[in-house]
Amino acid sequence: MNNEKLYALTALFDTPDGIMKAADAISGQYSRFDVNTPYPVHGMDDAMKLTPSRIGYFTISIGLACMSLMLYFIFWTNNVDYPQIIGGKPFFAFPTYVPIMFEITILTGAVLSVAMMISVLFRFPNNAHPLHDSGYMKAVSSDKYGIYIEAKDSNFDYAKVESLYKELGAIEISPVYYDEEELNWTPQTWDPKFVIGTLGIAAFTSFSVYMHMNKVLFLPPFNWMMEQPRADYGEESEFFADTYSMRVAPAGTIARGFMPYTYDNPDSAAKYLSNPTVPTEENLKLGQRKFTSYCSPCHGNLAEGASRLRGQMPPGPDLRAEMYQNFEDGRFYHTITKGKGIMSGYEAQITREERWAIVNYIRTLQKAYGVPAPKEETEAVAENMDNNTEASN
Amino acid sequence: MGASITVEYVKKALPAGLGKWSLIGVVVGLGLAILALTMDPQRATFASLLGFMFVMSIAMGSLFFVALDHITGAVWSVPFRRVAELLSNTLFIAPILAAPILYNIFLEMGGHGMFDMYHWTHDEVVAADPFLSQKAPYLNESSFLFRYVLIWVLMVVFRFILVGNSFKQDKNFNHKLNKTNAAFSALFMIVFAISITITAIDFLMSLEPHWFSTIFGVYYFAGTFATVIAMITIISVNFNERGIMIEGINKDHYYSLGGWMFAFTTFWMYMAFSQFMLIWYANIPEETFWFMPRMEGGWAIASIALIFIKFIIPFGLSIQKPSKSNPRRLKLLALWIMGAHIYDMWWLSYPTYSHLTDSHGPVFGWQEIGFIILAVSLVLFIFNMTAKNKNIVPIGDAKMERALNFHL
Repeated sequence: MNNEKLYALTALFDTPDGIMKAADAISGQYSRFDVNTPYPVHGMDDAMKLTPSRIGYFTISIGLACMSLMLYFIFWTNNVDYPQIIGGKPFFAFPTYVPIMFEITILTGAVLSVAMMISVLFRFPNNAHPLHDSGYMKAVSSDKYGIYIEAKDSNFDYAKVESLYKELGAIEISPVYYDEEELNWTPQTWDPKFVIGTLGIAAFTSFSVYMHMNKVLFLPPFNWMMEQPRADYGEESEFFADTYSMRVAPAGTIARGFMPYTYDNPDSAAKYLSNPTVPTEENLKLGQRKFTSYCSPCHGNLAEGASRLRGQMPPGPDLRAEMYQNFEDGRFYHTITKGKGIMSGYEAQITREERWAIVNYIRTLQKAYGVPAPKEETEAVAENMDNNTEASN
Repeated sequence: MGASITVEYVKKALPAGLGKWSLIGVVVGLGLAILALTMDPQRATFASLLGFMFVMSIAMGSLFFVALDHITGAVWSVPFRRVAELLSNTLFIAPILAAPILYNIFLEMGGHGMFDMYHWTHDEVVAADPFLSQKAPYLNESSFLFRYVLIWVLMVVFRFILVGNSFKQDKNFNHKLNKTNAAFSALFMIVFAISITITAIDFLMSLEPHWFSTIFGVYYFAGTFATVIAMITIISVNFNERGIMIEGINKDHYYSLGGWMFAFTTFWMYMAFSQFMLIWYANIPEETFWFMPRMEGGWAIASIALIFIKFIIPFGLSIQKPSKSNPRRLKLLALWIMGAHIYDMWWLSYPTYSHLTDSHGPVFGWQEIGFIILAVSLVLFIFNMTAKNKNIVPIGDAKMERALNFHL
């Protein structure tokens, strides 16, 4: 230790009145001074002529900033990243955000104010202060009232301050010295103590988090939520009269996004169904892909009725024929959905949108073919188709 | 017995303007009220409900302030307690503003109501409505009148005990009366909690008899207490500036008054938001229908304005430290809070009026202004009348000397 520099001249007083008078007198002449008392003394702010603290502005700005961030975060999770309908509420359910935003404002405002105080004002991790371990500090933390004027003050003059203290009735006056090296110590990142301490904290935190998440949470009482009474499917129910735990949905319930298909004959489908899609390039490409996968094995790649099945199945009709050119979109759609003759329905394999895309693609093939086929051929094909129907029956 | 004068106090005359202007206000308000009652009794009765709820806030809230002072042994509030005690005399004029409402309900006991206000007073409506017939044992005309009279009598009894003891103390300086009052205050707290809840439910919530909210009494209380503090603030800050109060009231006392207003503005927001959010989230038709008309058309603007008028603006006005210790800003805040409370009462009751008269959208006219003038000036008039012959601070209180040395 090398205590040689003068930090401040301190004075101790016996009564709160004494310290109030001293603070009042000193605050007029010096600016770098402070008062230490064992408990908060009423009216000291006025005696020291302190201006109101501006910490509130810091707290509210940091609180509002973090509140805005939180609002953005909730908005992003609920509206952009993973939109989910909860309780039938809109995605942007502002009233439910309010309590969280409120809590975040309070939490961040308070915690960051304290963190700012420790890191900026106390110069953490430096924990040295000249008044530490001084007799002055011991006295003011038990039963005395102390005041000190720093040597840095522009008006500081040892003899003058000492006489002022005496005038004010100080019972003890003592100088405080400090070690510059100790006070200006700065932390070293690779200091072994610091490294070991950090690693130790990291290890302990990881271990305790692991234990909590994997062991502690599965011990009573934390696991009570898993053991609460509930109905499992297949279990006998004591609540419902029919003893089934698994409830049947009410009649007429349909799954979300499911469109029931209610036509049972091609004529009504042809009459009432209309094509909801537009034959864009994208739509036709989809139709081509699906046609090639599901239809072309029987109907041929160009819908010309050239089967690749080599007689294992009767070939499908030429869809470019006049009869088919006059088919309504709904009739094609119904046939794809429910099948016709030996052709089976593709309701389960091809989605609604894809079926309409196939219809559009067939139309394109028909347009490309252009000239209607001779009548005999059409009839022959139709006859052939009828025969096939009979054969399958 | 520590019977001695501990503080210096000289009784001074109240400002002459208070008596004069409050009397003018009473005359003008009464004129407008009678005119409104003869022209459109239905609307005038709704307007008198505004005035009545405001006066009830002042009357019950000031008694609550007195009891709170006794029960907590608070020191800073002692110089202002007499103002609250004198304001509690407002109880005696509350029936004037309740008269149109009670008269209508009383008429409807025989089934001959003049007009529509409380839905549950119509026997044929109640008989046809399973919900209302189940609520009928509570919501009927005779028990409504009974509850009103009972609450009024209980309040008057406590007013005579608590305030009477305080007046006695002015003369005999008996410090034991502080303890007596503290004991009665404890009892009063229970009576007050039930009374204010019943008052809010009977007069305001039963305008929509199907609707229910368990927090409604607390909602009304939050506005009530902020209003009563605002009234005390306006009176005592004005008096103190004229030197009528006692020497020693400083900015720390002001700060405490401002702190109450700040706290209860926030508390009101907490209650109002909790009520709204839970109903909005649960989305049960039995509850949401109360908010529906308030979120449509002109009422939607009135509802958004309520958030600003009742919370955001007074919150902004009172959050800074100087705004609570600076008398000018404090008076502005207090005036604003009283106005906001009346606005809140209007927001609570008038959608029902719009619904009953099929006038979609908010209405506010000279009828309402007349009754508000009547209510506010009646409060000031009664205060002026009773304060003439009394000390304006409770000089006999045991805590008085400490109260004047109060520092934050």
